Amino acid sequence: MQYALMIYADPGSQEALSDAERAAVFEEYSVLADDPRRVGGAQLQSAETATNVRVDGGRTLMTDGPFADTKEVLGGFFLIEAADLDEALEFAARIPAARLGGAVEVRPVVQG
Amino acid sequence: MLDDVFRDEWGRVLASLVGFIGDFDKAEDAVQEAFAIAAERWPSAGMPDNPGAWLVTTARNRAIDRIRRERTLAEKIHLLPPPEATVDEIDDSVIKDERLELIFTCCHPALPLEGQVALTLRALGGLETAEIARAFLVSEETMKRRLSRAKTKIKATGIPFSVPDAHRLPERLDAVLAVVYLIYNEGYRGRVDLGAEAIRLGQVLTALIPDEPEAQGLLALMMLHHARRHARFSGEDLVLLDDQDRSLWDMRQISAGRAVLDKAIALGGRGAYVVRAAIASLQTSEHVDWPQVATLYRRLAELTGSPVVELNRAVALAQAGDPATALLAVDRLDLDGYLYFHSTRGELLRRLGRDDEARAAYRRALDLATSTPEKRFLTRRLENL
Repeated sequence: MQYALMIYADPGSQEALSDAERAAVFEEYSVLADDPRRVGGAQLQSAETATNVRVDGGRTLMTDGPFADTKEVLGGFFLIEAADLDEALEFAARIPAARLGGAVEVRPVVQG
Repeated sequence: MLDDVFRDEWGRVLASLVGFIGDFDKAEDAVQEAFAIAAERWPSAGMPDNPGAWLVTTARNRAIDRIRRERTLAEKIHLLPPPEATVDEIDDSVIKDERLELIFTCCHPALPLEGQVALTLRALGGLETAEIARAFLVSEETMKRRLSRAKTKIKATGIPFSVPDAHRLPERLDAVLAVVYLIYNEGYRGRVDLGAEAIRLGQVLTALIPDEPEAQGLLALMMLHHARRHARFSGEDLVLLDDQDRSLWDMRQISAGRAVLDKAIALGGRGAYVVRAAIASLQTSEHVDWPQVATLYRRLAELTGSPVVELNRAVALAQAGDPATALLAVDRLDLDGYLYFHSTRGELLRRLGRDDEARAAYRRALDLATSTPEKRFLTRRLENL
């Protein structure tokens, strides 16, 4: 099955790290990105770059900022292939954001 | 008699079917059909030699029949072996027990806790949806939705039907034990005796994993508490341990509980359930060794970090004859919103002869009391001062 692992990071958490710690976290993400189970994914630019689009009665409305105004912001996602939910959850638990004040939302992908 | 067989076989037969077709709802339908056929046939034709194997075989055949009828569906069903081969290969005498897989599926932490509880009672305990609803004081419709949501999530998210790997097992077993203990603690609220149901689940679990000390500890704990259930209430009123009528205790269950506790300790069990069971065992002895109870509560407080456990330790200290030290320990706790914090203080102050302060503490407890029996109990305490 395929699972989307959506990474909600605490934006302040990276700044709180030392250079060496930040390099270690970067290295952890690279290892996960190279995992053969990863079939897709992306890192997103900061939430300040977000624009929300709605269409109401044919009119396009645009607002600045992320969809949900929460402390944690969607910072990226992995799309992985896993045998079952346990394997996906274990992968998710290895994502640094999960232990740095953020959380990872794990959702199965609708199979075509 | 037939009901007993059904209750005993339900979990095992359902587990086998979930393992066979990998789909909770379809497994349940097939098992229900098999049980209905048995209920119709067995009274006249007699019970087969191995009722469990008969039920599994019949349920599998029903499931296969249904799948044949719905060919397109069959292609989508996970893990379905070719039906023809399977029917012939069923060995009537040996049906693999897959209840442990079922327990870990039902108690998967990705499910909401109330869903885990309901599903465990339904799937392993064989309780009807209506019975579970009554036990949790919700409507049958609500309980049906709760069960169906849990089953949908299992299917949609790929929660595995398997016993977790060794490295995941400890925390997953903790989750299972927590569900069983929660069922036990719901025991007295509704009309269904969930206490007995939780003990049955504990027995199934300890039979499947006999070497896990905490599972044994939990079973011992539940048995030792359950044995005192008839003495714990007088009408609606709560009766404290000291005042309980010991002739109402189930001594057979107490000794059975102690035997399970011995096994847990022999397995090296030193965890929270084992310690709680050891405390319950001491409290059911002729002369309670309160200093020892206090020591065990200290250990339990270290394990759980719970101030309520500290409060219980203080009560044990007072029972051991040292209310002054007990009061010092209680006054260190940050439990101002907790009824039993104030009633315990009241009792300790009373024993120390500080009646005015005792009265104030009991009044504070009375302010926090919500149930009528609690209020009656505290009012009586106040009047006796």
